[in-house]
Amino acid sequence: MIAQNIAFGILAASSVLAAIRMVTTKNVVHAALYLVVVLGSVAANYILLAAEFVAVVQLLVYIGAIVVLFLFGVMLTRAKLGHEGELDNDQRGLAAVTALLILGILGYVLVDYFGDDKLPQLNRTHEQLNATRGTGAVGNAIFSTYLIPFEVVSVLLLAALVGAIVLARRD
Amino acid sequence: MLEHIWIIPAITFTSFWLILFFGKRLPFKGSEIGLLALGVCLLLSTVAGFQWINHDSAEVHFERAPVAAAAEGGHAAEAAPAAEDGHAAEAAPAEGEHQAEAHVLRTPVDKSVHWFKIGDTQVDAGTHVDGLAIVMLFTVSVISFLVHVFSTSYMSGDRRFTHYFASLSLFTTGMFVLVTASNTLQGLFGWELMGLCSFMLIGHWWEEPKNSNAALKAFLTTRTGDIGLLVGISTLFFAAGRTFDIATINSRALDGQIGHTALLLAAIALFVAVIGKSAQFPLHTWLPDAMAGPTPVSALIHAATMVVAGVYLLARLYGVFWQAFSITHSSINPVAVVGGITIIIAAALAFVQTDIKKVLAYSTISQLGYMVMGLGVGAWTGAMFHFFTHAFFKALLFLGAGSVSHAVHSFEMDDMGGMKKYMPKTFWTFIIGSFALAGFFPLAGFWSKDEILLGAGQNGYTFFMIVGLVGAAMTAAYMTRCVYLTFFGEYRGHGHPHESPAAITVPLMVLAVFSVFAGFLNAPKLFGGEWFGRLVEDATFVHAAIPIHDFSVTAALLSMAVVSGAIGVAAWLHFGQRLPKGLTERSTPARLGHTFLANRYFLDHLYTGVIIGGIKGPIARAAYWFNQNVLDGVVNGVAFAAKRSGSWIYKWIDQGAIDGTVNGSGLGAEGLGGSLRRLQTGRVQQYGSLLFGGTALFALGLILLVARSN
Amino acid sequence: MLLNQFLLLGAVLFCIGVYGVLARKNGVLVLMSIELILNSVNINLVAFGMMGGDAAAITGQVFALFVITVAAAEVGVGLAIVLLIYRNRTTVDLDEVDLMKG
Repeated sequence: MIAQNIAFGILAASSVLAAIRMVTTKNVVHAALYLVVVLGSVAANYILLAAEFVAVVQLLVYIGAIVVLFLFGVMLTRAKLGHEGELDNDQRGLAAVTALLILGILGYVLVDYFGDDKLPQLNRTHEQLNATRGTGAVGNAIFSTYLIPFEVVSVLLLAALVGAIVLARRD
Repeated sequence: MLEHIWIIPAITFTSFWLILFFGKRLPFKGSEIGLLALGVCLLLSTVAGFQWINHDSAEVHFERAPVAAAAEGGHAAEAAPAAEDGHAAEAAPAEGEHQAEAHVLRTPVDKSVHWFKIGDTQVDAGTHVDGLAIVMLFTVSVISFLVHVFSTSYMSGDRRFTHYFASLSLFTTGMFVLVTASNTLQGLFGWELMGLCSFMLIGHWWEEPKNSNAALKAFLTTRTGDIGLLVGISTLFFAAGRTFDIATINSRALDGQIGHTALLLAAIALFVAVIGKSAQFPLHTWLPDAMAGPTPVSALIHAATMVVAGVYLLARLYGVFWQAFSITHSSINPVAVVGGITIIIAAALAFVQTDIKKVLAYSTISQLGYMVMGLGVGAWTGAMFHFFTHAFFKALLFLGAGSVSHAVHSFEMDDMGGMKKYMPKTFWTFIIGSFALAGFFPLAGFWSKDEILLGAGQNGYTFFMIVGLVGAAMTAAYMTRCVYLTFFGEYRGHGHPHESPAAITVPLMVLAVFSVFAGFLNAPKLFGGEWFGRLVEDATFVHAAIPIHDFSVTAALLSMAVVSGAIGVAAWLHFGQRLPKGLTERSTPARLGHTFLANRYFLDHLYTGVIIGGIKGPIARAAYWFNQNVLDGVVNGVAFAAKRSGSWIYKWIDQGAIDGTVNGSGLGAEGLGGSLRRLQTGRVQQYGSLLFGGTALFALGLILLVARSN
Repeated sequence: MLLNQFLLLGAVLFCIGVYGVLARKNGVLVLMSIELILNSVNINLVAFGMMGGDAAAITGQVFALFVITVAAAEVGVGLAIVLLIYRNRTTVDLDEVDLMKG
């Protein structure tokens, strides 16, 4: 239990610090790399929450595909790679106030409502866990209960693909 | 077949996808799939037609006394499930002892599957096959098949040939779905499918802005009406006790189980949809523009699908309209009025067109007006019969016009003339179509139009009968003009016209045969007398006790006289221009009649000058007089009084109180606007901050509120 | 472990993401911040799923997967738009994109 909490502490600290660096750094490529750290920490958090399939998908899709896509975006838009140039606009203050306001309200609500609610203990063997909420169980759910949303999502991906091509091609 | 009628729309729907995906790779670019599909549909609907003719019939009793209505409510609905088992004889309800009118009626075939369920309301998808549906199916199949055949030649070499055939298939599917639908929701799907396809087909040659504008206009105008359909369907759904089933809605409406206000609202909303789809006054404007599409499409839209969808809706939910508008019980109702107005207005417009397709387009509007008016005056069978016959001769006329334009590469009648010599087959079939449209004995249009007029007269709508007769005369006259300009006189175009290939002329001949003989189906004393009527009349018809009238020789003679008179006068005027020049000139100053006679476009002048000018002139003059005498007087008087009081007010009130206020508020608004203007920076992120911040503040307020109340 | 530790982590990431979306000028960076927001939502989904039974846990995970998919689609289209803006205006500076200015 303590080990889990320590792990969580490290992960949370690294993800929050990386996230803050990501939104403040003056180098676009560094921002993308900080994003990798955040996404990796979040993936590790999923493993803490016994959601190993989501964690793996997070690594594959986010770090494998989306971050690469971002790097391509950076490259193609020839964003300035050095420190020169301002990446923030002139309303950082307003943005910070808004963000802190939201954080305050969310934090208050969460602490007020959930307080010290504990996550249930899963005293199960590895096999039991795998059968009830592991990758196999998730796969079964996707292809039975959530079949129609799954198909809809594939259509959405297709539409996004077509849309991206239409938007980005030169003609 | 009757129970599996869903196969027919399924075939055309499959054909649509097949053409879309594989059409381009096939030797005939996908047209063979469409032809095959429609051929099979034609076959199947013919089989279904014969099965319906031999279908079990049963006596159906309806209690006419409204008091017992609630108890006797669902006769039609009860009859339906029994028929499904094939034990149709049992469907004759035993409650007939109340001694109402008994009618022999073929029991409709219902077939439904569970569709979806929301709350306690279960909706079934199903087919409802009765005489009306069968007739529609058959007509649509015939026309669509012939249009397909025609198109293979007419559209050959078109750059979107394959897409064209795919759209035709989908279009036909829409109509099939609509006519076989057992509930209004399914009907809505078919209805919208047709709206979409008409958009695609009218805008088929979208490279020209004119065509894509016409497509947009058609789509948007019919959409305007479709709002009515949505409102009507949902009103009926709730008013009729949470059901979409058409038979149930009709019988409940006729039994008085639906409150009159709700019924009236639903009927008006649905009628708006009919006006939009069937191009009735005042939403008729899209239909002439829809001529921008390929000619076979016009034939399909005008003869068998799209525009008659509105009429079909009217006929299908006739119980609702019958009850809501008290048809035949009160002297006037919106359905008859709109139909009547449309007949006259559209017929008048047909005279001033130079484009042959537009003449036919206005003619279609006018004929649809007949159907709507027929339904409005209680001549249900007549209206349906007119739909049936009109489908054939209007398709014939459109395809004939397409054939002519195929030869002269123009739709302007100025470029035609003398085509009789070059295109004998087209000419003779066109002549047959024109006479059928004019309602000339014994061609198809005569029987159906006569039946509507007879119904109008007998049901106490004498005025509408006169409107119908005037319309008939106008129809005959403008068709004479159209035929004359196209086929007689000297050839005025360029190039060498020639007769069209067989793929074009054969459909024309087939349609000509139908145009000649279709009318006999409901002729008295033939096939057992008014055979068609007994075929289509459905439970609603019997339930509402729509009056049936025997054929009247007097009425027939009257309409014949009017029609022949109109043709005679029109022909005399048009062919009269070939009189020797000298005679005309000599007599021109002498008498007024000769002035008209000498005028080559007598009817054009009549209608542009007399009708349009006649409407425009007096109104303008009256408005001018009113302006000069009444308004000016009032204005002058007011001005004088105002001037006197004004000078007083100016000094005391205006300068003092009002100016201060006005200036103050102006300055205030300017200041406020100026400061608010700064908020609209056009920078999304600033808006984002406000959005997030505002949401957070609202959440804060909510929390404080909830926290305090706990 | 407390439920709240995950939820609060999500909340913090969410707010950092909001700050990034509002304060960054570069279009690509704004898209990255949106990813941060979506990730915080995913943490919430999975954490709330843990609070219920097996079915709830599965539901939470499946929804997180859907969100990841949607995010991928969003990035694709978003980057295409950024590219288009860059091509038309040779900048991805969102301050320059102010056609809505009053």
